[in-house]
Amino acid sequence: MSKPLALYGASDGPSATSGARTLPSRTAFSADRRAFAEMLIAWTLAGPAIFFLLVLFFLPVIGVFVIALTDWQFGARSLSFVGLTNFREVFADAGFRTSLFNTVIYALIVVPGTVVFGLLIALLIESGKSCRSFYRAIHFLPFMATLTAMAIAWGTLLHPTIGLVNQTLAAMALPTANWLGQENTALPVLAVIGIWQNLGYAMVLFLSGLKSIPQDLYDAADVDGADLWFDRLRTVTLPMLGPVSMFVVVVVALRAFESFDTVKVLTQGGPGHASEVLLYTLYRESFEYLRTGYGAAIAVVFLIIVVTLTLVQARVMDRKVHYQ
Amino acid sequence: MSDTMSTKRLSSLAAILRHAVLLLTGALILLPFVWMISLSIKPPGEIFRASFSFWPSQFYGVENYTKALTEAPLPRYMINGLIVCSLILVLQILVCAPCAYALAKLRFPGRDLLFVMVLVGLLLPHQVLALPLFVFGYQLGILNTYTALIFPYVVSPFGIFLFRQFFKTIHDDVVHAARLDGLSELAIVWRILVPMALPAVIAFSIFSVVGHWNDLFWPLIAVRDQSLMPPPLGIMVFKNEEAGNDFGPLMAASTLIVLPLVIAFLTAQKWFVEGMTGGAVKQ
Repeated sequence: MSKPLALYGASDGPSATSGARTLPSRTAFSADRRAFAEMLIAWTLAGPAIFFLLVLFFLPVIGVFVIALTDWQFGARSLSFVGLTNFREVFADAGFRTSLFNTVIYALIVVPGTVVFGLLIALLIESGKSCRSFYRAIHFLPFMATLTAMAIAWGTLLHPTIGLVNQTLAAMALPTANWLGQENTALPVLAVIGIWQNLGYAMVLFLSGLKSIPQDLYDAADVDGADLWFDRLRTVTLPMLGPVSMFVVVVVALRAFESFDTVKVLTQGGPGHASEVLLYTLYRESFEYLRTGYGAAIAVVFLIIVVTLTLVQARVMDRKVHYQ
Repeated sequence: MSDTMSTKRLSSLAAILRHAVLLLTGALILLPFVWMISLSIKPPGEIFRASFSFWPSQFYGVENYTKALTEAPLPRYMINGLIVCSLILVLQILVCAPCAYALAKLRFPGRDLLFVMVLVGLLLPHQVLALPLFVFGYQLGILNTYTALIFPYVVSPFGIFLFRQFFKTIHDDVVHAARLDGLSELAIVWRILVPMALPAVIAFSIFSVVGHWNDLFWPLIAVRDQSLMPPPLGIMVFKNEEAGNDFGPLMAASTLIVLPLVIAFLTAQKWFVEGMTGGAVKQ
């Protein structure tokens, strides 16, 4: 990968002089020994990490696939292989299909909302010189604030009677709603919280994308007569942000598919199944109902979605490298 | 002349517009925080009053915060969060840095395979691994202990990846010189490379601590005892069981849980942005 690195390299001191004085066969022998010593050191240094990667990542992921193919229930002493029965059951289950559908809808609201608002705010911040880090800090704050606690705050904000949202709407004589308690509003409202949380993340990614646009391109655009802000945006900024935007879309989509905390705290998937999302279904089936095989099958489906999105992201990143 | 005048006026108008829009969106972003703090200093009577003002007519903050700190084991939750986050971080650095050094600076058969393992590990979401890890923890008899909260995170593929990338930028001569000085390989990792890679270490530390302080999913599975719960799980239980409609203390508890990271963020914004975006954003 990098340039070859000789651990006890020939130009490296005492071993070099002794090496020079010995016969060629001895040199080859000691080079072998050096390579062996380096390998020993490498495996010793990497050993703990390799061990834990195997035990905590690779065995569990194999385990999930194996469990998904069995009828095993947590605590049961025996199990038998049932092939794809769990997967058939998962996809035949209206509850799971609703959950998958809800997750997609949730992502379809969160991703465009986050990307568009994140981009607009990044453009606005970058368009002037003053207060940049102040505005960036404010908009980034929700991304690192503990979501469980903030979800509880959102819960009171959206409370049917004491919540500020309904109070404000009532004061303006607009219709109010039991936002988290109604089937038609629960999921969109959770998606709004999702946008609120992730917007700052998209913003900082766009800000760094904006910074990497070379100034010459703007100068060239000026020469070509694109001196209005909007012209420069259209001809230089947005095209140059293409790769970053693709990256942001995939990363935010991943976060949308992994949303769990707000659902667990605010709606528990309800009312009915209106706000049930993939990870919440996975959690409930696996750890509350202890339907282990079924839960593992959901985990496999979830894994396939996440891996697909990540591979898309890797390809996008590749293209970004070629692009520059 | 008049042309430049109008451009100037236009640009100052644009600047005002920029501040107006950003202040508005900023206010909307901050609204849940402001609301949370506002409720946390209000008496129940004012919380249930229809009109809203940020500052209460009767300051009730002392009562609410006292209640939050005494009725729920909130200090316990915070200490648990601190213990779990710091143990995870220390273990991750201890395990990941030597491995990253081997990947970045040593040549050995299997190195490429190991790196592929790290990349695959990066790909796997922890929620997928939760079920087997739960079974594993059950068989080892470590569920419902601090160990249960910590063990899945002892190694971080992202940590190995980040440290490797950073170590590769350090010139090989540094390592050669250290060897000539008679330093052992472990000493090279801990006394030369890790201090030189301090920016990566800080970025990773923030990534790790923020992630685990905020995590709800795994603690929900791993522990049952309130005395072991980290802050997010603790406050959820507090909401469901004790606080119910007692919003003042509940908001006070939420504020206290969010506060440490917010303060840290405001004092080291640049590092947080870099750490939380996984190094995708370099300042």
